[in-house]
Amino acid sequence: MAHIDEAPQQERAAAPTPGKEKRLPARDRLTVIVMVTVPLLLVLFLVWLPALGSVALSFGKWNGFGDIDTIEWVGFQNYQDIATIYPPFWPAIQHNLIWLGFLFLIPTPLGILLAVVLDREMKGSRFYQTAFYMPVVLSLALIGFIWQLFYSRDQGLINDVFGTQVDWYGDPDVNLWAVLAATSWRHTGYIMLIYLAGLKGVDASLREAAAVDGANEVKTFFHVILPVMRPINLIVIVIVVIESLRAFDLVWIVNKGRNGLEVIGALVAQNVIGEATRYGFGSALAVIMMLISSVFITIYLRTVFREERRG
Amino acid sequence: MTYETPVATAPPVTTAPPARSQGIALGRRRGTVATVIMALLALAWLFPLLWALVNSFREYDYTQANGYLSFGGWTFSNYVDAWTRADFGLHMKNSLLVTIPAVLLTLWLSSMVAFVLARFSYRFNLTLLGVFLAANLLPPQALLIPVFRMFRQIPVPYFLSDSGSLLNSFWALILVNTAFQMGFCTFVLSNYMKTLPYEIYESAELDGASVWRQYWQLTMPLVRPALAALATLQVTWVYNEFFWATVLIQQGDKLPVTSALNNLRGQFFTDTNLVAAGSIIVALPVLVVFFALQKQFVSGLTLGSTKG
Repeated sequence: MAHIDEAPQQERAAAPTPGKEKRLPARDRLTVIVMVTVPLLLVLFLVWLPALGSVALSFGKWNGFGDIDTIEWVGFQNYQDIATIYPPFWPAIQHNLIWLGFLFLIPTPLGILLAVVLDREMKGSRFYQTAFYMPVVLSLALIGFIWQLFYSRDQGLINDVFGTQVDWYGDPDVNLWAVLAATSWRHTGYIMLIYLAGLKGVDASLREAAAVDGANEVKTFFHVILPVMRPINLIVIVIVVIESLRAFDLVWIVNKGRNGLEVIGALVAQNVIGEATRYGFGSALAVIMMLISSVFITIYLRTVFREERRG
Repeated sequence: MTYETPVATAPPVTTAPPARSQGIALGRRRGTVATVIMALLALAWLFPLLWALVNSFREYDYTQANGYLSFGGWTFSNYVDAWTRADFGLHMKNSLLVTIPAVLLTLWLSSMVAFVLARFSYRFNLTLLGVFLAANLLPPQALLIPVFRMFRQIPVPYFLSDSGSLLNSFWALILVNTAFQMGFCTFVLSNYMKTLPYEIYESAELDGASVWRQYWQLTMPLVRPALAALATLQVTWVYNEFFWATVLIQQGDKLPVTSALNNLRGQFFTDTNLVAAGSIIVALPVLVVFFALQKQFVSGLTLGSTKG
């Protein structure tokens, strides 16, 4: 979920320089160690250790029922099989990419546009913000549920209005787009909020200077605001990529990610809690997800830390 | 003057009256256009929930006979029906039992890390923050298999979980949610704590206050606004969590409400009015939180960027 932590504030002048912390009394040192170690162990044990575990398991064949020594190590076999003889894989990759492209082209610019407009204390700005932001508090699973009211073949609003007979969630030719429309309902408000927060931090004098120079709205945005918002832009890009990669809830609630709605996240789950438990296979898919996300996590951390250091 | 009109009007300082009025007129027209577009979009955005709300109060037979574009057939029975058929009471209770402990644990653990990061300047600070933050961003599916297998293996005494392992127990969800959410909270809290004047720690040290007291009695009361904001956010996020609950809980009667939606699909999708009522029921807790604590909610998301 949300990772809106942009542009941290300045380091206090009085704080000691990094790495030059003076030694604490023994009892306090113990306190600090405990305060850091307990949360750290939790995150290492439940996130980082499993991440390594996924990498290891991706080189083996295992149904998960026997002990660890029942794993048959097969090298890169799983990866090879995924690319060659696993039918849903390439459709899934394609769907994740469509997901990404769609989010980038439609709801993300729309969210940014809304933020730019609403940033101008226009009348009723708060009402609009609330309206756009409301879907963000709903889960995507629930959103999939609610949009059934539009998409149902026999009882849905869309077919009712247009007199069509399309099964929007069931027809593999259209269901991806139906799901993307539903996801945009939420994504737009999310991007709007992140961007709005960033815009509040833009120095008003910059805009005034641009206005004095005779720059129009559009020019001001592209030449003044957008460059200043670079860290936020990067974070928005990272969020969009990660959200598209993680896509799961909506497709799972619709049809557990098959029949036109294959996405990588759902394939991993199918290999664990589906009819066949293929741990090696699922893990190889998981590793592919991890590799893609790690690139963007790196960009994210670098952005955040650069801001942090700049202070 | 606010920026209701676009900035590209005449220069603000030395404008002659004619140019100025022209600027405002232009602005006003554009402002009206913007307002109309915004109003239409906002209505479009509110529509799905309003549509669900309206149809949740209509009889199935009536809408079947007259179509959904009709008006009438008002009833409350969908709610009663949805509530009993889906066993929402049970699932809401499950959600509560997962959400409250998870949020408290997340805030407590991350506030400790945040305190150390803000109070001290160790060399490992950035690395530590990175470990938590990156965890927050990893796709959960990437960790599913080892976590799933580990949880099945880890025995839990029966008085804590009647499944005998972490699988199918609320503890699993509490721990996983906590591990994933700590990154965000640590980041926000440590930034917030860094805005506190460092001198308070210097004088606390002079008074001989231990590090624990500096954390618990000095810092924590001062960061209450941030904690409130994060608590609001976290309650909705954990309540909305779908993936882990879906895969780690396989006993239907233990599912929190969001993941229970999946089982309702088959039962409900033949009756859209029931879907509508169910949706409103599930949305209600987060909507109440959202409207009651909207300020906290939004500030929680923007805390990282503003100076406290």
